[in-house]
Amino acid sequence: MNLIVSAIGQGLLWGLLGLGLFLTFRILKFPDMTVEGTFPFGACVCVALITNGVSPILATVMSFVAGLLTGLTTGLLYTKGKIPILLAGILVMTGIYSINLHVLGKATVGLLNEKTLLTSSFMKSLPTNFPSVVLGLILVSVIIFFLALFLNTDLGQAYIATGDNPLMARALGINTDNMEILGLMISNGLIGLCGGLIAQNDGYADVNMGVGTIVIGLAAIIIGEVAYGELSLTARLVAVILGSIFYRFVLLIVLKLGFSSNDFKLLASLILALCLMLPLLERKFSLAKILKKGVQKP
Amino acid sequence: MKPALELKNITTLVNPGTSEEKQILKNLSLTLEAGDFVTLLGTNGAGKSTLLNVINGSLKPTMGKVILGDKDLTNLSEVKRATYISQVFQDPKVGTAPRMTVAENLLLALKRGQKRRLRLRNLRSHLAEFEELTAQLPNNLSERLHTFTGNLSGGQRQTLSFLMATITKPDILLLDEHTAALDPNTSSQLLKLTNDVVTKENLTCLMITHRLQDALRYGNRVIILNEGQVVLDTRDKEHLTEEKILTYFAN
Repeated sequence: MNLIVSAIGQGLLWGLLGLGLFLTFRILKFPDMTVEGTFPFGACVCVALITNGVSPILATVMSFVAGLLTGLTTGLLYTKGKIPILLAGILVMTGIYSINLHVLGKATVGLLNEKTLLTSSFMKSLPTNFPSVVLGLILVSVIIFFLALFLNTDLGQAYIATGDNPLMARALGINTDNMEILGLMISNGLIGLCGGLIAQNDGYADVNMGVGTIVIGLAAIIIGEVAYGELSLTARLVAVILGSIFYRFVLLIVLKLGFSSNDFKLLASLILALCLMLPLLERKFSLAKILKKGVQKP
Repeated sequence: MKPALELKNITTLVNPGTSEEKQILKNLSLTLEAGDFVTLLGTNGAGKSTLLNVINGSLKPTMGKVILGDKDLTNLSEVKRATYISQVFQDPKVGTAPRMTVAENLLLALKRGQKRRLRLRNLRSHLAEFEELTAQLPNNLSERLHTFTGNLSGGQRQTLSFLMATITKPDILLLDEHTAALDPNTSSQLLKLTNDVVTKENLTCLMITHRLQDALRYGNRVIILNEGQVVLDTRDKEHLTEEKILTYFAN
């Protein structure tokens, strides 16, 4: 039970990463590698501030701001510097590694006995592992609400159109460069925020904690899509969060099966690869038919 | 009265400064009066699309000026020119956003050239207007307002693209063989619609076409390009025949 609650809490918090990635990966169709730098950057900024006595709320907000900055950098490199998006992301991700070391002072810093969002007296009155669920639920609801609102404004529609058909968007007077920068900023802002929250939840920040995060974010998106299929845009945001929670359950099962946590990244990649191939496999072996009627004899 | 659009001594170079350097448009000058419906003819490579790109701003001329009314557009980006100029492309896929619905696309087009703000889009308040507009069009678009345009036929998409280009009246309407990818029936339907709208709204329009009979049937003025220069520019369509036009192509 405890493990399940913990998985839900983790899934909710990590879901913000999925939401951020959704904005670039699904709407702009960008493979934004900045993520792997933004996530630890958010975590490092948050932990460094908290250990220096800044209030956890402000530190968490700053992890969002940190993400905005990395997104802005990648966006400028891509739109104004004309560097391909994949490379722009990798450049920023690599550069941030050094910045993270400076911010943190060393490779790992713990939050033992520090105040965090999860140690307020209200949070402490909750049963074990419930604080992360409560915090996750609050943040996820607020952020999905505002994202859905944003996507339904004229600006948000222009942003979606930019990802859907940039040629048309420009012909209609939409400044696609600005839209791409905006999208990358909001996306990375959420990812930085996610980094800050995970650091507080796990109790430490590590400069290497970004490795593989893009796979976690994509897994949330893809699992959500595989599970729920065609949905409205707002419902798709919710599906990302549910996908993120499912993904934690899968990891939990894998752990229960006796795999060591060292194998997680390999398993994560395998799970994601499988999910990505699912539509193809479905067509090839008519899985749906087999599931319904069983294998027919030739 | 000021002309609607003036192109002054436009020259465009590709690969300037290399051995591959080539002039596409050569010192081309052209004036469109308000309400002109021009059909633009010419062989492949004559510079028709380049001319359109110079007007819409996606290509900056190496030399020359683009003047709209009393505004100099020469240094204005494509995005900024969208306030004045709208366009329908040849490929039905280019004109619409496939993962947005017909109504959402129309709403985007309704705000062509306007600043996109953080204001709720209010799609619902426009639905009646969109229904009315699409009801007059062929292809049953009015029943498909909530369909993703990616699921429409080429003809439906192109009709939608045309409506999107004209829903907010443009100063200049550019049509780049916008019916070429359609079957003959749909193509002639859309051309008829084009003619109706352009005439009724008194739009200034430049239409590229490869079909000589269309060039003769529609519009008040025929321009033929060859090797980057205007070789024929006439409003006297009475005396123009397909054979006569072809002599300008031969060269």
